[in-house]
Amino acid sequence: MEESVLEVRDITKQFPGVLANDHVNLQLHKGEILALLGENGAGKSTLMNIVYGLYHPDSGEIYLNGECVTVSSPRDAIARGVGMVHQHFQLVEPMTVTENIILGSEVMRNAVLLNIDAARQQVDDLSREYGLEVDPDAIIEDLPVGVQQRVEIIKALYRHAKILILDEPTAVLTPQEIEDLFRVMRRLVEQGHSIIFITHKLKEVLAVAHRIVVMRNGGVVGEALPAESTEGSLASMMVGREVILKVPKGAAHPGEPVLDVSSLEVTDARGTKVVNNVSFQVRAGEILGVAGVQGNGQTELVEALTGLTRIGGGRITLGGQDLSGGTPRAFTEQGSGHIPENRHRYGMVAPYPISENLVLNQYYKAPFARGWGIRDYPAIDKHAQRLVELFDVRTPGVSTAGGSLSGGNQQKMVVARELGRQLSLLVAAQPTRGVDVGSIEFIHSQIVKQRDAGVAVLLVSAELDEIMALSDRIIVMYKGAIIGEVNAAEATREQLGLLMAGVHPTA
Amino acid sequence: METPQTTQKKPLFAPIWKTLRMPLLALLAALVVGAVVMVISGDNPLVAYWGLLQGAFGSLEAISRTIRKAIPFIFTGLSVAFAFKAGLFNIGASGQFLMGTICAAAVGVNFEGLPWIIHMPLAILAGILGGALWGGIAGWLKVWKGAHEVISTIMLNYIASLFVSWTVYAGGTQGQQPGPLSDPVAAARAISQTRDVFESARIPPLLPQVFDRVHWGILLAIAVAVLIWWILQKTTLGFEIRTVGENPHAAQYAGIRVGRTMMLSMAIAGGLAGLAGAVETLGLNYKFAPEFTGSVGFEGITIALLGQTHPLGVVLASFLMGSLYGGASKMQFDSGVPGEIIQVVQALVLAFVAAPAIIHEIQRLIFRNRQSAGEEDTPTVHIAPEGGLGGTK
Amino acid sequence: MTQTHSLQKKNSRTGRTALWVGGSAVVFFLIAILVNQTPLKETSLRLFFGRSALNFTLRAAVPLILGALSGILCERSGIVNIGIEGMMLAGAFGAFVVKVATTALPLPLSLFLATLAALAIGGAMAFILAVLSIRYKVNQIISGTVIITLAAGLTTYLFNPDWVSKGKFSNITIPLLVKIPVIGEVLFNNGLLTYLTLLLVVVTQIMLFRSRWGLRTRAIGEHPRAADTMGINVNRMRYINTVIGGMLAGLAGAFLVLEAVGQFKEGMTAGRGFISLAAMIFGNWTPVGAFGAALLFGYTQALQNEFLLAGVTAVPRHFISMLPYVVTIVVVAGFVGRSRPPAAEGQVYESEM
Repeated sequence: MEESVLEVRDITKQFPGVLANDHVNLQLHKGEILALLGENGAGKSTLMNIVYGLYHPDSGEIYLNGECVTVSSPRDAIARGVGMVHQHFQLVEPMTVTENIILGSEVMRNAVLLNIDAARQQVDDLSREYGLEVDPDAIIEDLPVGVQQRVEIIKALYRHAKILILDEPTAVLTPQEIEDLFRVMRRLVEQGHSIIFITHKLKEVLAVAHRIVVMRNGGVVGEALPAESTEGSLASMMVGREVILKVPKGAAHPGEPVLDVSSLEVTDARGTKVVNNVSFQVRAGEILGVAGVQGNGQTELVEALTGLTRIGGGRITLGGQDLSGGTPRAFTEQGSGHIPENRHRYGMVAPYPISENLVLNQYYKAPFARGWGIRDYPAIDKHAQRLVELFDVRTPGVSTAGGSLSGGNQQKMVVARELGRQLSLLVAAQPTRGVDVGSIEFIHSQIVKQRDAGVAVLLVSAELDEIMALSDRIIVMYKGAIIGEVNAAEATREQLGLLMAGVHPTA
Repeated sequence: METPQTTQKKPLFAPIWKTLRMPLLALLAALVVGAVVMVISGDNPLVAYWGLLQGAFGSLEAISRTIRKAIPFIFTGLSVAFAFKAGLFNIGASGQFLMGTICAAAVGVNFEGLPWIIHMPLAILAGILGGALWGGIAGWLKVWKGAHEVISTIMLNYIASLFVSWTVYAGGTQGQQPGPLSDPVAAARAISQTRDVFESARIPPLLPQVFDRVHWGILLAIAVAVLIWWILQKTTLGFEIRTVGENPHAAQYAGIRVGRTMMLSMAIAGGLAGLAGAVETLGLNYKFAPEFTGSVGFEGITIALLGQTHPLGVVLASFLMGSLYGGASKMQFDSGVPGEIIQVVQALVLAFVAAPAIIHEIQRLIFRNRQSAGEEDTPTVHIAPEGGLGGTK
Repeated sequence: MTQTHSLQKKNSRTGRTALWVGGSAVVFFLIAILVNQTPLKETSLRLFFGRSALNFTLRAAVPLILGALSGILCERSGIVNIGIEGMMLAGAFGAFVVKVATTALPLPLSLFLATLAALAIGGAMAFILAVLSIRYKVNQIISGTVIITLAAGLTTYLFNPDWVSKGKFSNITIPLLVKIPVIGEVLFNNGLLTYLTLLLVVVTQIMLFRSRWGLRTRAIGEHPRAADTMGINVNRMRYINTVIGGMLAGLAGAFLVLEAVGQFKEGMTAGRGFISLAAMIFGNWTPVGAFGAALLFGYTQALQNEFLLAGVTAVPRHFISMLPYVVTIVVVAGFVGRSRPPAAEGQVYESEM
């Protein structure tokens, strides 16, 4: 048997209302890449946060190099040679790469002052040794996410980590950057490091892992070797039943164009064109999917199409009405609904009761308000009652604070508000992010229902599967522009992947 | 174990006690610490507090004084509380108060012969507008220039103070011109103040046979508190303001014009502080002199928080603070303890009311054997979102 | 591609600002030298560039510089400190009380003890701010308000108008350097606390950007979680920085009583704490930048002073006195949005460990 560098035995962790880890056992061997596969909420991150000392288990043991240990904090984990790269980078944006790497274990010139030159040299050496190319003097916020991730890995290596935990490292990367990361991972294990790679993407697991452990509902449900597995077999292990990779939907019957976007431009605070000369149409009764790696202008496109951000140029026409530069209310009044990608920021007011959240953008209209802006609370409650039932929002009552609902129910509340009225256009941005499987299916079916009712749907998602399952047509955004359009029925993952990486089909 | 009796009682009294408990404990703790300060500096707190109590409630005259002090406190407390609801920190109530004062006085000393029914409301309106302008400037600076309201309102306080001093300036011997509102008679004796406002602009006294110089302003203050509560809870404007305060992004999404709402909230907050100045001038002082600027600085903040930013809580808190300030002079006279100790107590009230956790710790220390009840559901005051002075742009 | 592009743009922007500021400073001093060394001194330009205006500028700027440094220490570590005004006032009062109480001692010792008292009181007030903000999670603007009210109340309550302080820090002339025309006379003939302040600007700048303490301070003000995972005790550093910041504010109070005015007056800080905050923002949270901003604000106070001394009556003195406050608003309104505050400023940090 291979040497085990990390082993967890019988780890259990209970959060209020959720059993996040239920007697979990796991072994990591020296020099291997272990993929920890599972849906959102399967308990992967909780388990790794326990290993990294961020959470403390209710019961169970952790063994490092055969020795039973208590990891009380990340500090402790780092001291024991465990490094973790979080999904959200732990980097100080306005500081340099070197400053970030040495933070907490500084290279000193004397008792007070830093020795930045020596530190820079060390960073340079590490980056060369592992092929993690990075400029030690660059400011973090000026770097692309892929490079920021390299900084995180160097940060762990600088602290002599032998075990690396990578939490969903590919979520924010382009296919090219993912390849780079895999190359680095292979090189690291060659040099004696061991890696736990958390993901829910089947293709990546098959491409890079030596061994696969699948988690579901807080427990380990199986183990597999890539050579003996297929995407299908892994998927059914992950979800617990045959996955419906296709959302049941009939053929689309597109009607007249509802949304017409021409030469749209959006400029960010730094003066960069984040949406560049974008033109497309969405017809009544069709779903247009917008694919792309996160951060290629999709967020800004949605904000422009809902009035949340000022446009730099171009025209937006909705139902024949020119809405270029219109306010969010102008869009709502014109029959546009918007499921925002960040529901906590835009989609809801957490301390407000569900009933108030359900009229968030309708509060001023009859029957919710009478003349002179006097609100009608009974009407608001009645409306909320109806939507909560219709959209299956699980809550003790409509006066419960929106923020106290679970993620899936919060999202259903947002969906209920937007779909609960007559729409001509629906802009759905990451409509199922951070939502449990059951709610995903429900939300997907609701979106298709809207399409079948003749609503024009613009679906923006970072999940390629979601885009492919729901869309009738797909456009791909790359660096703020539309790099290509494909018919969803004929689209392949490879074709879309190339477009997302900026490779033109003609090239 | 709870007896059935207490469980039956609970619904009736628990909510009231739950709401009042924290502010009252904060006040108590502040008085205790204030007593410690007095002991350290060689004063007798018992004599002082007895004097304070007498000065605040000991006679009809004392009660009148408490009510008189409470009137402007209600308005400035509402001003700060209202801004809190919109997520703004109005630290500029004193400047807005002064602008309200001087605008009301300007109308009050002019327009002789106007009927009372027009002159007085006109003067009050002028006060509201003066304060609203001053608050609105801070709102405008925040929304369109990104200047944090704390810095801009403080600067506006100093500017307002200089401005009103100029308007009543008696003039100088080296050819300095007197201010436009300066009373020539007083100026001849080098006294800077306005003339008395005309009879027709004054707010009439309330039950003068019972109270001493209490005026109808107290009823106006309570009515305005109810109005503010109604606006916040029952109107779409109130919903817009609260939503902007809770989550400006969601407000934008909801189609609310966030900048305009913030500016409007700041103007309304300013108008309330300006109303305090107007009522003070037209109901009590009948004129303006720079030394009247006195004690409306940060009291509004303490009162707003002591009242849990609820308009009716603000009214109660104002009477409490009014009794402290009203009793202070009697206390100083009786016990020789400087009345400024009240300002110390007020700062402590602010500290305790903003940090209920301190009170909990004290409770735990005292009732060591008993778990301090209801810690989790103590209403914590909702105030402006956290963040720095870097502005909003 | 786009990254290097924006980097260049940023560099060129800061470069241009530096050029602009440096250039106008050179022009300013050239005019100042001309006005003071040539017959131009008889003109009304004297009001703007006269030696007394320049001297007054530095004197008015010292408390603002110290206040801004205080703000920088706190805010760089993530604590908003609007209580600087109160800490200054309390520091001034502490210095005054100890100065009066130690009148019998030799003057230098008495001044030294009074300065220590100011540091201690400022630090103590800051500790209260830190406890409220960190331990009790009070909104930091409110904790600052508590400090301001508390300082105003306590100093008025405890102040005895019969107390008189005798003697202050006298000017120390630095030989040779003082001979430099105009600049030398302004910079090298000052009291001890002024020199100390100038030194503190340089020291803070170096410490903030070159020392371990500075690196960690900047990190916890921007991304406390990242610093925490790397083994830095975020809240302990915040306590330390806030207390040091309070001591600097206290020192500003000591300067007012022991070097500038010589006595204590109720509310003598007159908004300097708040103007310091504006200087901190204008200086983009860097000591050297805040120094420049404080000089600008000091200059507006000097102008106000010069106009009043010159007996300018065309404009009422009230309006002249508004100058520093108006300029503060204009600068903050014009500059915010282009400056960048520490990202975690004002936010409670709770370790999950």
